[in-house]
Amino acid sequence: MIVPRYSREIPQRMRLEAGKCENCGYLAFPPRLICPECGHKDFSNVALKPEGKILTYTIIHVSADTFSTQTPFPVAVIETVEGARLTAQVADCHPDELAIGKKVRLMTRLIQRESRGGILMYGYKAVLIR
Amino acid sequence: MRDVYIIGTGMTIFGEVWQSSLRDLYVEAALKAIGDAGVDHIDSMYVGTMSSGLFVGQEHIASLLSDYLGSGGIPSTRVESACASGGLSVRQAYFEIASGASDIVLAGGVEKMNDGGDVTYALATAADQEYEAFHGVTFPGLYAMIARAHMHQYGTTREMLAEIAVKNHENGADNPHAQFQMKITREAVLQSTMVADPLRLLDCSPVTDGAAAVILCSEEVARKSGHPLVKIRTSAQATGPIALHARKNPATIPAVATAAKKAYQAAGTTPEQLDLVEVHDCFTIAELVVLEELGLFARGKAGQAILDGQTRRSGKIPVNTSGGLKSKGHPVGATGVAQIIEIVEQLNHTAGKRQIEKARLGLAQNMGGSGGSCVIHILEGLS
Repeated sequence: MIVPRYSREIPQRMRLEAGKCENCGYLAFPPRLICPECGHKDFSNVALKPEGKILTYTIIHVSADTFSTQTPFPVAVIETVEGARLTAQVADCHPDELAIGKKVRLMTRLIQRESRGGILMYGYKAVLIR
Repeated sequence: MRDVYIIGTGMTIFGEVWQSSLRDLYVEAALKAIGDAGVDHIDSMYVGTMSSGLFVGQEHIASLLSDYLGSGGIPSTRVESACASGGLSVRQAYFEIASGASDIVLAGGVEKMNDGGDVTYALATAADQEYEAFHGVTFPGLYAMIARAHMHQYGTTREMLAEIAVKNHENGADNPHAQFQMKITREAVLQSTMVADPLRLLDCSPVTDGAAAVILCSEEVARKSGHPLVKIRTSAQATGPIALHARKNPATIPAVATAAKKAYQAAGTTPEQLDLVEVHDCFTIAELVVLEELGLFARGKAGQAILDGQTRRSGKIPVNTSGGLKSKGHPVGATGVAQIIEIVEQLNHTAGKRQIEKARLGLAQNMGGSGGSCVIHILEGLS
């Protein structure tokens, strides 16, 4: 992965920046140029609150090579408190603690190392609010 | 639009085919289909493949395969829609005949998955690279999240999912094309290695090399050929968000329902009129959700119907008589074409032990990724 490809996602991966449709309020994460709900093209930039809940989850036991030293690891679909949706790993927990509906906080963590250049790529992971 | 018929089919063996390259596989299936149809030429050809680039490092394969088929420079086009590439290949050939532009077209699909590539990585490129795969989610992982949501919302159980694999292996045991021609038990599924909780190894379709091809033609060519008449009643396609998190309900696959609605309307049929269906069971949960999206069972009701045997060959609606992706194998680009071949064999009453009596109307449902694309064909046997 070349550096620009990673760096242009930084507003989303580090600051959870989303686009809010000025017409219908749809939250696009990542931002889009046209609203999939109403077709409107004007968006305001909003930072999502780093809090939400688990909509569904899995524990990955067989991964791509990049993540093979981390298995088993949980991944979840998360809905933020504003209603935006994203996919993230759930860190610092035992798989038995996970359940649909559990509240999580999104934190900045190391996600992966780019295989050849070894660039550290950061982003959001979820942790359970206990 | 003209009516379109299928007069020839051809398949390689499905499995770990170490002795054959990607080009060998495609050309073998294509030559079998051309020979079966008995045609002396084809006007053009299509190649469905998900990722020849990542699996074997070869792009530009439409031309490569046209050359190795000895086609004499006819138009050849590659189409890609992840695991729905095969179904989409047939759909492009369908339009070319229906429009009147060509009379005889080859629609094939191929995937050479066992050639040293990182298969889990390659398959995950059918998910959102920046917002799903970046975080380490795999394909089994995405379907596992669909399964977890479906279990939570509708009380679907592990036993219901296991029964799908058991039933598909029962069918595959009678299919000479299948990668795994053997029966398995429910206990074996429930005790197999965990891949992505709650999905285990025997919930997952295998990694497969293989190719499949069909010959599509106009009514005039079909009638002159002397073959039993199998007509494509309709070809339908729909898209949806490729990211699971962008879907309103993660227990659903809306692109399937959208394509099904279009297909039933265009063909003037209802789900109740179908005699059999081939569905895209890349994972057991996929078959269950697809049966609900196709309207064959109400949402949340497919699991119990499966336990009751309603989707067996003797049941109300036989599902995946070929063995499905689970037992027959899943060379991703070839799968959509191979599904159509099973329907053709059933409608021609040449399916041997798997034959469904009085099969006249069959549906093939092929999808890409976690459901970001779906292609449906409804076929009718007129003989």
